[in-house]
Amino acid sequence: MISVKINHKTVKTTPEKTILEVLRKEGIDIPTLCHMQGFPPTGSCRMCVVEVKDFPGLVPSCSYPVRAGMEIQTHSNRVLEARRTILELLLATHPDDCLYCGKKEDCYLLELSSRMNVDRRPYRAVKKEMKRDIASNSIIRDNAKCILCGKCVRICEEVQQVGAIDFVNRGADTCVASAFEDSINLSTCIGCGQCIMVCPTGALQEKSYLNEVMEALNNPAKTVVVQNAPAVSVTIAQELDLDSQVEPQAVLTGILKKMGFDYVFETGFSADLTIMEESSELIERLQQGGKLPMFTSCSPGWVDYVEKFHPELRDYLSSCKSPQQMLGSLVKTFWAESQKINHDDIFHVAIMPCTAKKSEAERSDLLTGGNKDIDAVLTTREFLKLIKLHGIEVEKIESSPADTLLGKHSSAGKLFAASGGVMEAALRTAHYLITGKNMEEPEISTLRNLREHKETELKVGNYDLKVAVVYGLGAANKLLEEIKRGEEKYDFVEVMTCPGGCVGGGGQPFGADQEKIRERMEALYKIDSRQKVRFSHENESIKNIYAEFLGKPLGKKSHELLHVRRTNQ
Amino acid sequence: MIEKEKFAVVKNKYKNAGPDALIPLLQDIQGELGYLSREAITEVSKGLKLSESKIYGVASFYNQFKFNPPGKYHIQICRGTACHIKGSKTILEHLERELKIAPDQTTKDGLFSLEVVSCVGACSLAPVIVVNNKFHADVDKKKIKKIIKKIRKEELE
Ligand code: SF4
Ligand code: SF4
Ligand code: SF4
Ligand code: FES
Repeated sequence: MISVKINHKTVKTTPEKTILEVLRKEGIDIPTLCHMQGFPPTGSCRMCVVEVKDFPGLVPSCSYPVRAGMEIQTHSNRVLEARRTILELLLATHPDDCLYCGKKEDCYLLELSSRMNVDRRPYRAVKKEMKRDIASNSIIRDNAKCILCGKCVRICEEVQQVGAIDFVNRGADTCVASAFEDSINLSTCIGCGQCIMVCPTGALQEKSYLNEVMEALNNPAKTVVVQNAPAVSVTIAQELDLDSQVEPQAVLTGILKKMGFDYVFETGFSADLTIMEESSELIERLQQGGKLPMFTSCSPGWVDYVEKFHPELRDYLSSCKSPQQMLGSLVKTFWAESQKINHDDIFHVAIMPCTAKKSEAERSDLLTGGNKDIDAVLTTREFLKLIKLHGIEVEKIESSPADTLLGKHSSAGKLFAASGGVMEAALRTAHYLITGKNMEEPEISTLRNLREHKETELKVGNYDLKVAVVYGLGAANKLLEEIKRGEEKYDFVEVMTCPGGCVGGGGQPFGADQEKIRERMEALYKIDSRQKVRFSHENESIKNIYAEFLGKPLGKKSHELLHVRRTNQ
Repeated sequence: MIEKEKFAVVKNKYKNAGPDALIPLLQDIQGELGYLSREAITEVSKGLKLSESKIYGVASFYNQFKFNPPGKYHIQICRGTACHIKGSKTILEHLERELKIAPDQTTKDGLFSLEVVSCVGACSLAPVIVVNNKFHADVDKKKIKKIIKKIRKEELE
C-alpha cells in the first residue's frame, strides 16, 4: 500500500495502478477520449490530464502509474483550461451538425462540450469535409465527425482480429479507413458494430431502417410483422427500468402492438426451432462421420468471419439458418398461406441487438425466390428511438402475449442471448434425442459465466461430447488455429461475435459495462429457471409446427426453409 | 517481365519474413512494379499476417509509395517555394484539367500520371514540370498544352 494525495485528501492505494484507475475508484470522473478499459494506454488525446505537484507538465492520468507521495489535482484551473483547449481544438474542425446527427443523445463529444461549458469559438478552422460511407448494410462511417481517437481501430484489430480499418495518410489528411480507402463494404468488415460501441462521436453509426419501418406501419396495404430477439426484451427491461417481476416480453409485445405492428412473434420461438434442427444435425454428423466440430451459425458476424478468414472451414458451420432467418422464411411461406396473405404484402421487421443482422437479411443465399425474408432489421437502439417517436408511456402499456405461428401460445427459449446459451439448449435437446430422456440437471453451470472461452465434457448416451463456447472473434480465431493445428478436438463449438454473446451486441444501448452485460445474462437465466418448459423439444408450438407442417427435423421442408447452402457473398 | 513475374521475384526474397520486413518489402515491390498494386498488398497481407488496412495505413503514411500504376508518361509538378511564387498552383490546375486526373492518379488510357513534388532543385527554371525525368522550364498554360498534345500525337503514330 502507498498513499497519495488527491485534491488534498490522503488516499491509500496499490502502486501498480494508473492514476486514472485510482481516481475512478475514488469516484472522481475524469474525461477520456482514447482510453479503453483493459487495453494498454496510447496516451494520444491528453484529455485525461491532471496536475501532479513538482511535475513540470500536466500528466496524462490514463497512462501514468501512481507513485507514493504524489499530490494530484484533478480539477485545478490549469487542468480545466488544458482540457478545455484540447476540446476546443477538436471542435474547431468538427462539423456543427448536432441537430441533425444520429448520435446527439449519446454523443460523448457533445457531452464533454456541455460538461466543460464550451461557449465560445476561440479557434476557427475549416470544418472537416469527407464523404460519408454508406455502402455497408450494417454500419455508416462519417469521417468528418471522427476525432481520430483510434478506439475503433483497436477494437477491430485487437478484439475482433478483423483489422478492417486503420489510420491512413498523415498530417491533416489522416483518417480512419480500410485499405485503398475503399468503402467499408469492400473490406474484411463483418458488420459486428463493436466499433460503433466504442466511438465517442457520431462518426460511426448503424445503418438505420427507421424510415422504412415507419412507412410500412403507415401503409394500410401492408401486414406488418415484427419479431424481437430475447436479448432485446431483457435489455429494454433494463433500459426502461421495468419491475423485475413482470415478463419483459409481455411488455415489449404490448409496446409493439400499441405502435401498430399487426403481429408480434418471438425470435425465441425460432431459436427453439434452430435448436431442434441444429442438435439433429449434430447427431447426424456424429453418426455418419460428418465434419466435426460443428460450429453454430446463429451469429452472422461469425459466419461472415469464417467465410472471409477461414473459407476452408465453411462446411464445418451448421447449415441452419439463424433464428431471425428461420422465422423470416416461415412467416412468408407457411404463415402467409395459413393467413391467406400474399407474401408480397407482408413487411417483416426484426428487432435485434446486432448490426450484422442487417447485412444477414440482405444475403443473396438467404433470399426466397429473389425476395428478402426480412425486410428491415432495427437495432435495440433504433427501437428505443421508435418508442420515443411514438411517445409511448411505458406505465400505461398493457402487457400482451406474443403471437404464435400456430395459435396456441407457449413460452420459448430465451437462453440464446447469453454466451453459452445456444450450447446449453442444444445439449439439452441432443441429450433427449440420443437417450430418449431429459437431462436430470438442465443447467450446465460451467457454461454460465462471462469468460471468453469456456468448455466442458459431457457423456450423452454412448457419446463423450467435448464442447467449447467462445465469444469475440479474437478468441474464436485462437480456437480455430488450435483446432487446425490438431491441438484441440471438439464435437461442437458455439461462437458469438460479441462480448458476452448477443446481450453485448453491437446494436445495444451505449455505455454498458461488464456489470450491465452480466445483469442481462442473469435476467435471462432467471427467465429460464422460471419457465415451465425448459427444453426446446417440449415447446408445444415447436411440436405443433413439426406435426402440422415441417414433418421432422432435417426433413425435406426443413431443408428447404430452415437450412442454407451458403454461397460466396 | 510481366507484373506477376516481377512480383514473384520479390516474394521469393521475403519468403520467411515477419512483420518487421514490411517497409523494405513494400519498397522492393514499388521498385519492381513502380507502384503497390492491390494484388501485391493482398499477398503481403497473407505473407506477413498483417491486415490489408494496416499495410495500406503504413504505406500511405509515406509519400514515396504509389497506389496507381504510373502512366507511360509520368508528369511531376514542382510545388516548391520558387515554383509556387511563379504560379505553379495554376499550372497544376491546368494539368488537372488537361488530363482530367488529380495528383497521384493515372489517366484511363494509361498514358499519363501526375505527381506533386516538393522542390526538384531547379528553381532558376521555375515553374518547372518534369516528364519522365525530362525538365520543362518556365511552363505556362500554352506550353503545357503543347507538351501533352505532342505526346498524344506521337503515341498515335
Ligand atoms: S458527433 Fe456529436 S458533436 Fe459531432 S455532430 Fe454528432 S452529436 Fe454533434
Ligand atoms: S463493424 Fe466490426 S468488423 Fe466492421 S469495422 Fe467495425 S469492428 Fe471492424
Ligand atoms: S471513428 Fe470514432 S472511434 Fe474511430 S477514431 Fe474516429 S472518433 Fe475514434
Ligand atoms: S485518455 Fe488519456 S491520453 Fe487519451
